[in-house]
Amino acid sequence: MRQVTATEGTILTAADLAGNGVHGDDPDVHGKFGIFGGRYVPEALIPALDQVAAEYERARNDVAFLREFDHLLRTYAGRPTTLTEVPRFSEQAGGARIILKREDLTHTGAHKINNVLGQALLTKRLGKRRVIAETGAGQHGVATATAAALMGLECVIYMGAVDCERQALNVARMKLLGATVVPVHNGSKTLKDAINEAFRDWVTNVDTTHYLFGTIAGPHPFPEIVRDFARIIGVEARRQMLELTGKLPDAVCAAVGGGSNAIGIFHAFLEDEGVALHGYEAGGRGLETGEHALTLTEGSIGVLHGSRTYVLQDEEGQTIESHSISAGLDYPGVGPEHAWLKDTGRAAYHGITDAEAMEAFALLARTEGIIPAIESSHALAGALKLGRELGPEATILVNLSGRGDKDMGTAMKYFNL
Amino acid sequence: MTTLQTVFAKAKADERAALVGYLPAGFPTKDGAIAAATAMVEAGCDVIEIGLPYSDPLMDGPTIQDAVHRALTNGTRIADVLRTVEGVAKTGAATLVMTYWNPIDRYGAERFARDLAGAGGVGTITPDLTPEESGPWRQASADAGIDTVFLVAPSSTEERIKAVADCCTGFVYAASLMGVTGARDSVSSAAQGLVERTRAHTDLPVCVGLGVGNGRQAAEVAGYADGVIVGSAFIRRLLDAPDEASGLAAVRELGAELAAGVRA
Repeated sequence: MRQVTATEGTILTAADLAGNGVHGDDPDVHGKFGIFGGRYVPEALIPALDQVAAEYERARNDVAFLREFDHLLRTYAGRPTTLTEVPRFSEQAGGARIILKREDLTHTGAHKINNVLGQALLTKRLGKRRVIAETGAGQHGVATATAAALMGLECVIYMGAVDCERQALNVARMKLLGATVVPVHNGSKTLKDAINEAFRDWVTNVDTTHYLFGTIAGPHPFPEIVRDFARIIGVEARRQMLELTGKLPDAVCAAVGGGSNAIGIFHAFLEDEGVALHGYEAGGRGLETGEHALTLTEGSIGVLHGSRTYVLQDEEGQTIESHSISAGLDYPGVGPEHAWLKDTGRAAYHGITDAEAMEAFALLARTEGIIPAIESSHALAGALKLGRELGPEATILVNLSGRGDKDMGTAMKYFNL
Repeated sequence: MTTLQTVFAKAKADERAALVGYLPAGFPTKDGAIAAATAMVEAGCDVIEIGLPYSDPLMDGPTIQDAVHRALTNGTRIADVLRTVEGVAKTGAATLVMTYWNPIDRYGAERFARDLAGAGGVGTITPDLTPEESGPWRQASADAGIDTVFLVAPSSTEERIKAVADCCTGFVYAASLMGVTGARDSVSSAAQGLVERTRAHTDLPVCVGLGVGNGRQAAEVAGYADGVIVGSAFIRRLLDAPDEASGLAAVRELGAELAAGVRA
């Protein structure tokens, strides 16, 4: 029986990391959420995955680890992040009450810092001196480079060549932070290819290197670890919603690429039956064009990057290249826990097109003075639709997972600014 | 049809290691792959692994990635893979398919096992299918009468080696090093130890792959393993050749060098 005492004065307790016997929804011994998840990787990586899983099990039951993680979240990442009510934006949502969870206000500008700080601490416990990571929009790469600088770890970031171009600012940030950025020229030159290349590095350098995985996909135990470190978003938001509104929200909205920000805010609400959970995937140029990243809503069950989940694939199991105006959602797979939440019906998933996301992006900027990440704008666009459906009595919590500074190049082009 | 059991029994009787060659279907072209694999057999390969080109080859190095990318660009599909197997099996070599798991998963495990057996294939190598997830595939393969080969690695614990070997029929694939596919200047020193550790858990033949690319290395590996697996070095010969005829000649030359190596 795992027993951990919450440390006085912290915002994080053992129970805030899921799975300490209090939530009952950890994956099974093989890392399965229902039929999803597991491990489909070269045998060479199994010992490393076992080592990470075992060390994480010790860490999450270790008060000293929790205290250090908590300290970093408060004094470095800037937690807790605030809620912001957005009445002028809400006018466009049928008058529903929309409240944002401001992950954009964290250090490095997106929720990714939460997972990264947890895993960087884990890297030190593993006795490894080098971290590698994949990145799409560059946010996970920047967060990883940040944590590596903070903790004195060598850092190599794999990033698709296409993404390097559309997120040039983040490439520069990573370099300034001391990381080596390796552009990946294989395949679609985006996030999925960066993940392939990171796995190739890991299998070659596994003795010295931790793969600091950035989303809740990949082989077990990554989906569980990343979820647990992202879970603080929902833990805080649930408490703050009760303080601010006296009740739980009717719905929680989040963007879904790999799915870490969405699981981060959903997870604390899973047992609250009255709270609807809505995930919004990138609809790209529209379903009919075939240029989208609608993995959960249009994909089929398969194996990608070490995990059984929904995948965009053809009838022979070849991955279909995804498309989204937002690099962070441009991924043809998704975390296995979302696949499970979809199939159990606990969460619902929808598509938001590039155009709808960009409209919400501009609307939030003009009505509330907040420039969101284009990824997060998919959740905002979803909330606008949902608000019109639910009406003025509804309260909707939206995970504003990151800020839009990195997207100015895209916005300048899109809006002719 | 030549089975793996026949191949390894014959090699053992000849007091040599078996030579296993790898080539993706559809590379350099659909028909060119059959021609190249046939040349490999004629030069002395006992076993041919036909690679099923997959969009996300995360354990392959640049050479195989390049070949697979060309195969997919050529429009190579599973029907072409099966046709390649059929063509190569006719040469008398024991012919396997090496593939990541998802294409079989999507095609249907029973259907793939049946169609592969129908094409004259004798089994599969599935590098990303772990013992924990392999149950349905082993059942489908047993029903179709084909072998299942899985990989052990230098990092594998005794417990894992036993679990993997228990899932294998035909032979056990020992990955010589921690890394991706591709020829290296020298064969990893970890390989021999891994072969010895694997033998403690199985009576099956143990073949060594990853990083073997010339006759000297083949001879070295043949000193302790039952089979020597070569892939990227063959592909490199085809990639570097100015035309198909010189590519086939280069493949024959390498095959002969390796065949001499496993007999040294």
